[in-house]
Amino acid sequence: MVTAITSRQCRAVLGRLAQTVPVLFGVVVISFLLTRALPGDPAAYFAGAAADADSIEQVRESLGLDKPLPQQFLIYLGDLARGDLGQSISTGQPVASDLASRLPASLELTLMALLLSCCLSIPLGVMAAMRPGSAIDHLCRVVVTAGVSLPTFFTGILLIYIFYYLLGIAPSPLGRLDFIYLEPDRITGFYLIDAAIARDWETWTGALKQLILPAITLALFTLAPIARMTRAAMLTALSSDFIRTARAAGLTERKVLFVYAFRNALLPVVTTLGMVFSFTLGANVLVEKVFAWPGIGSYAVEALVVSDYAAVQGFVLAMAVLFVLLNLCIDLLYTAIDPRIGFDAQ
Amino acid sequence: MKTSRRQFLQMSGGVIGASMLPFLKSVPANAAGNDVLVAVIGQTINSLDLHRTGTNRASYQVAINCYDRLVSFGTREVEGGGLAYDYSALEPELAESWEVSEDGLTITFKLKSDATFWDGSKVTAEDVKWSFDRSVSVGGFPTVQMKAGGLVRPDQFEAIDEETFVIKLDQPSKLTIPDLAVPIPFVINSRVALANATEDDPWAMEYLHQNPAGSGAYKVARWAPGEQLVYERNDAWVGGPLPAYKRVVLREVPSPSTRRALIERGDVQLSFDIPDKDASELASKVDVFSTPIDNCMHCLCPNSNFEPFQDPDVRKALAYAVPYEAIFKTAAYSQGLPLWGGDAQIDDIAWPRKSPYYTDLDKAREHLEKSAFAKGFEVPLSISLDLASWMEPTALLIQENLNSLGIKTEIEKIPGANWRTAALVEKRLPLHLENFGGWLNTPDYYFFWAYQHGHLFNSSNYMNQEIEDLVSATLHMPMDDPDYAPKIKRMFEIAFEDLPRIPLWQPSLNVAANGVTDYEFWFHRQLDIRPLKPA
Repeated sequence: MVTAITSRQCRAVLGRLAQTVPVLFGVVVISFLLTRALPGDPAAYFAGAAADADSIEQVRESLGLDKPLPQQFLIYLGDLARGDLGQSISTGQPVASDLASRLPASLELTLMALLLSCCLSIPLGVMAAMRPGSAIDHLCRVVVTAGVSLPTFFTGILLIYIFYYLLGIAPSPLGRLDFIYLEPDRITGFYLIDAAIARDWETWTGALKQLILPAITLALFTLAPIARMTRAAMLTALSSDFIRTARAAGLTERKVLFVYAFRNALLPVVTTLGMVFSFTLGANVLVEKVFAWPGIGSYAVEALVVSDYAAVQGFVLAMAVLFVLLNLCIDLLYTAIDPRIGFDAQ
Repeated sequence: MKTSRRQFLQMSGGVIGASMLPFLKSVPANAAGNDVLVAVIGQTINSLDLHRTGTNRASYQVAINCYDRLVSFGTREVEGGGLAYDYSALEPELAESWEVSEDGLTITFKLKSDATFWDGSKVTAEDVKWSFDRSVSVGGFPTVQMKAGGLVRPDQFEAIDEETFVIKLDQPSKLTIPDLAVPIPFVINSRVALANATEDDPWAMEYLHQNPAGSGAYKVARWAPGEQLVYERNDAWVGGPLPAYKRVVLREVPSPSTRRALIERGDVQLSFDIPDKDASELASKVDVFSTPIDNCMHCLCPNSNFEPFQDPDVRKALAYAVPYEAIFKTAAYSQGLPLWGGDAQIDDIAWPRKSPYYTDLDKAREHLEKSAFAKGFEVPLSISLDLASWMEPTALLIQENLNSLGIKTEIEKIPGANWRTAALVEKRLPLHLENFGGWLNTPDYYFFWAYQHGHLFNSSNYMNQEIEDLVSATLHMPMDDPDYAPKIKRMFEIAFEDLPRIPLWQPSLNVAANGVTDYEFWFHRQLDIRPLKPA
């Protein structure tokens, strides 16, 4: 029985992945066209401070931008097929290696922030739903409103000001590691994981310390949707018939709350979590700037500003792939949370 | 550049002890010892090779700190404190001496016989030739900058023997030797480069982009674009006095507020290129070096392609309408030098200099009424988003005053990537702000780029035959030629009369130091770490 389900699921996952191919192709076409439609001229920009018309032409040629658009697109497709995302002009590195070094930095920060955020917002939402209108409900409302209404760069600078500048508790906001540490040997790109694998606990602590302030900043910002969604979903679940039945049947309050109400309330929360995750990953540019975090958001914005085509396309493609995978994970989670939902129906 | 942890620690080996200190755990940054400097910059270093297409300005410092040129400039004290390079004093770097032939067409350099590259091999004239050939051949900015010194073709360079290098010129020029001291003509280890060159890439652009091969004062120990660059001192350097710091850690911190917190706390010792606002506020807390940038000015440019600006009275009306004082206080926080309210009489050849204009709305109105546009007109005032920190407040203040004359302006903000195309290449912005600065510090050089017709920074489409002739005559003329000063003064007179560029102020480059002395300002506006010393 169990194995049968697993193989069916496997097939379904493969089917889903196959469905994403046209989506990704669409993303490739659109990102290519959109970057070309940007009103900037990368050749003029990268030719440097004192370039004349001739040298701009030379640069245009060396970037391959003198060729007609369809030809450029075919070259791009050919490169993609070989797994080559091109060369970023602004960082001077292959886009693939840029993404490989920056994506884990962003993921580590975002995941940490979401973890913190969930630890705080889900209990807060549950408690608020259990006693609507009570002090805890009001507290929940105040915390999430404050969190979402303070812009992240402001929270970030404020936290730096208090914990680093005034109190001196936090480490220097110098990115992923203070300069006195060396980054751990690269395995996953996540410093916490790599340092743990290398059993280098001093570097691990150093990396964790650097993570705390930016993670709190982001967590504060993401509290609101999760807490509000938890509260709403819990309220709906608690007022539904099956909870009344369960209570009437004399089940313990604990069992009613966690086994019946909470599990049913989880579905919308997981959906929200997926959305929050994807927008946080792209939107933490400001936090990255404030904490000198070498993440993917600031990379994309800088590339966009200077019309660095390859980097922008690579970023869009990476995010599309990530989003596809994320949705797949969430769908799988659904079936785990609620057995009534069949994977095929998705 | 990839180095494993072990290799990296070995690199600093030999002098284990002090140079190991920064990587001992739990040593606070500010106690890292006197031979390690931690500096922060706001930009990112995107290449270790200045000649590569797409290398950004922040990366020029690698060429400065890791490579040598034949010559360099001396040091002078700046009025108001601090040190700066001295354009008038050429000093040897890789060259031991040089000689200019009587006709000025041949320059013969003798190289220092003890100069070696990092790999221990001798720096030869052949290396110099290969590097110079590369500069004039790769195209783009390096080639343009070499051309400014009359260096155009590889056949102008000749390696006579191991230590003798000769440059042949088509015409004598006072700009040639100073142009050898700019970051571009740096000397590369040609054997290493050639060993890594390919048929498609004869100049080893791919290799040197990631792996510098020079003879300079510092080597690159680590480079993580977007994060940091770590310099390690080359103890065998003969280009100048041995630098004080064994290791310099340069961290990239984009947010100016974060950089400010770091320098104030003393966790970093130097913050390079800080905003004018921070410079004015930090001066009481840490050492702030605010040096006016030579041969550079912020100006308002009326484009002569736009009809009203073809009328000289309209341009003068603009010049009298600009609220100079308010702009200098609001946009520059009074950092830099004022460029308004000068004498009408031109007695010397200093540039940038104060224009004879000042804020006087009545005079502005008088001029406008004399023109064909007495009722005013509408014009967009364009600014670059990349330079919004000074351009935006400046534009707003100008807009207000022009409005009271009946000239309606709408501020048009152009993204950085389009700015160069619109302002400098297509030169299609009717009224805009601009800030060219010339590396070579002579007025004729500034006029060559910004006032001669068709040249890149002449974004006003200015064309005056007398200026064309004067610039061409003075560009290569020695500055002690009796004809030089009168011609330059005449150029100034025309520039202030015709006003294709209305000078606003001379900006400054601001550096905050907390525990470092001997910072030197350089025309290339990048951090030269070699003269720095612990306080």
